[in-house]
Amino acid sequence: MASKSWATRLASYLKISAQNRGFATVRDDLKYGSSHEWVKVEGNCVTIGISDHALHHLGNVIFVQLPDEGAQLKQGTSFATVESMKSTSDVNSPISGRVVEVNTELTGSPGLMNASPYEKGWIVKVEIANGEEVKTLMDPEHYSKFCEEEEEEEDANH
Amino acid sequence: MRGGGLWQLGQSVTRRLAQSDKKTVARRCFASEADLKKTALYDFHVAHGGKMVPFAGWSMPIQYKDSIMDSTLNCRENGSLFDVAHMCGLSLKGKDCIPFLEKLVIADVAGLAPGTGTLTVFTNEKGGAIDDSVITKVTNEHIYLVVNAGCRDKDLAHIEEHMKAFTSKGGDVSWHIHDERSLLALQGPLAAPVLQHLTKEDLSKLYFGEFQVLDINGALCYLTRTGYTGEDGFEISVPSENAVDLAKAILEKSEGKVRLTGLGARDSLRLEAGLCLYGNDMEQHTTPVEAGLTWAIGKRRRAEGGFLGAEVILKQIEQGPSIRRVGLFSAGPPARSHCEIQDEKGQNIGEVTSGGFSPCLKKNIAMGYVKSGHHKNGTKLKIVIRGKFRPVVGWVNHQGIFLNLRAKSLALAKP
Repeated sequence: MASKSWATRLASYLKISAQNRGFATVRDDLKYGSSHEWVKVEGNCVTIGISDHALHHLGNVIFVQLPDEGAQLKQGTSFATVESMKSTSDVNSPISGRVVEVNTELTGSPGLMNASPYEKGWIVKVEIANGEEVKTLMDPEHYSKFCEEEEEEEDANH
Repeated sequence: MRGGGLWQLGQSVTRRLAQSDKKTVARRCFASEADLKKTALYDFHVAHGGKMVPFAGWSMPIQYKDSIMDSTLNCRENGSLFDVAHMCGLSLKGKDCIPFLEKLVIADVAGLAPGTGTLTVFTNEKGGAIDDSVITKVTNEHIYLVVNAGCRDKDLAHIEEHMKAFTSKGGDVSWHIHDERSLLALQGPLAAPVLQHLTKEDLSKLYFGEFQVLDINGALCYLTRTGYTGEDGFEISVPSENAVDLAKAILEKSEGKVRLTGLGARDSLRLEAGLCLYGNDMEQHTTPVEAGLTWAIGKRRRAEGGFLGAEVILKQIEQGPSIRRVGLFSAGPPARSHCEIQDEKGQNIGEVTSGGFSPCLKKNIAMGYVKSGHHKNGTKLKIVIRGKFRPVVGWVNHQGIFLNLRAKSLALAKP
């Protein structure tokens, strides 16, 4: 029992209170995009997923809308959506390229993203067009700091 | 980099929601915590890892350290303690409080036995819902009721306006708004056993829908055996200065099995139980008949009318409403509020009003309204979610009750 469209409004809130900082892992062998994607670079092929930090905020993933194999991705544009209990989020591509493999396991088991964000929870494998783009991504240390700064900003807004 | 990341996630969510939700312009709210009202348990929530969000002008916990999914499952398995102190409790008193209230609600208030309550709807002249509420006849001269936080100002203004008219004609009714009290909801199979530790009164004699004033944990409480989850449970109105102690005592007595639970899980639980959320599944233009709540219109009231919008409602009972609330299962992503429902031919026949993933059923569930004629089980329908057609793969009854909780409710009823 509540006021109009509260779930809609709530879904746009990804704020956390100061006391609740779950410890999220940042993997050392990966690069990171500014909207919390991780990238594993293996030659001219990369694997993309969402970081533990972002998943902590999203909560249980209940549905993943995956792109098709062969889809062309452009850096900074949305290529997938991830739904949690109360919100739907776009996943932005950290690089440009062609999707060569899609993690179809996520269709039946979206919870893999929460359980194994950096291994079983991968989203797509992409053949990259431009090696330079990878250099624009954050290294683990930089990403950890980025997450901290973002949380401080969130706390300041409270 | 600044302005990216989670903020960007939030923005993309906002854009997405703005597309699917044409009525509400979803926007990132910049209200600081200082503008929001706080319940007596605010610090307690924060200390327990509560994620506080703005809700109906209050700062309320959407969840704690455990996920919404785990919280929902735990409520049905063990129990949950909710802070619902943002809701508005009030008492109507006086010799004529019953006939007064009967003008405003669909319930047979006179027919309620003292110490029993029911879910009802406050209606407007067009038969639409102003709010839903649990009302309780304490005595023939005292009615206790709880209304939604988001509707507080509207409801109180409505009641006050009618009260002035009523008393000016010599009617005896007055009110008291219980801002000195806090409402807690204790729900789940452990609710009764845990609460029994904190009171001398025999709770096995308090059946579902019944009310009692009694001492709980050293404070004088108004206790209603009711809830918003479909489970057994209680709503406890406790003096605000005793609220934290009561919450602590409940959690301690349960040895950690009853957990503090936030609004996120509360929404999942009520959706699974088929209960309307005012503002989503019921609005000013929705009649109780359309909402599947004809059962809540007392038999005598159907014969006599005498409440706002009675003509519209009685006609709908006779002829059938043009739209009806339904419960649906769908494939793919969960349907959300305002998703369009279409028939086989692609014609718009309705709209989803609430939807999500059911942690207990492990399926997508949704409540919505469809044109009468399309509401029967098995009708081929689809829901449009972000531009894609998703088939409706199953139906539930017209009250949208997804979980089979009937056995539970029967067990709790007075024999």
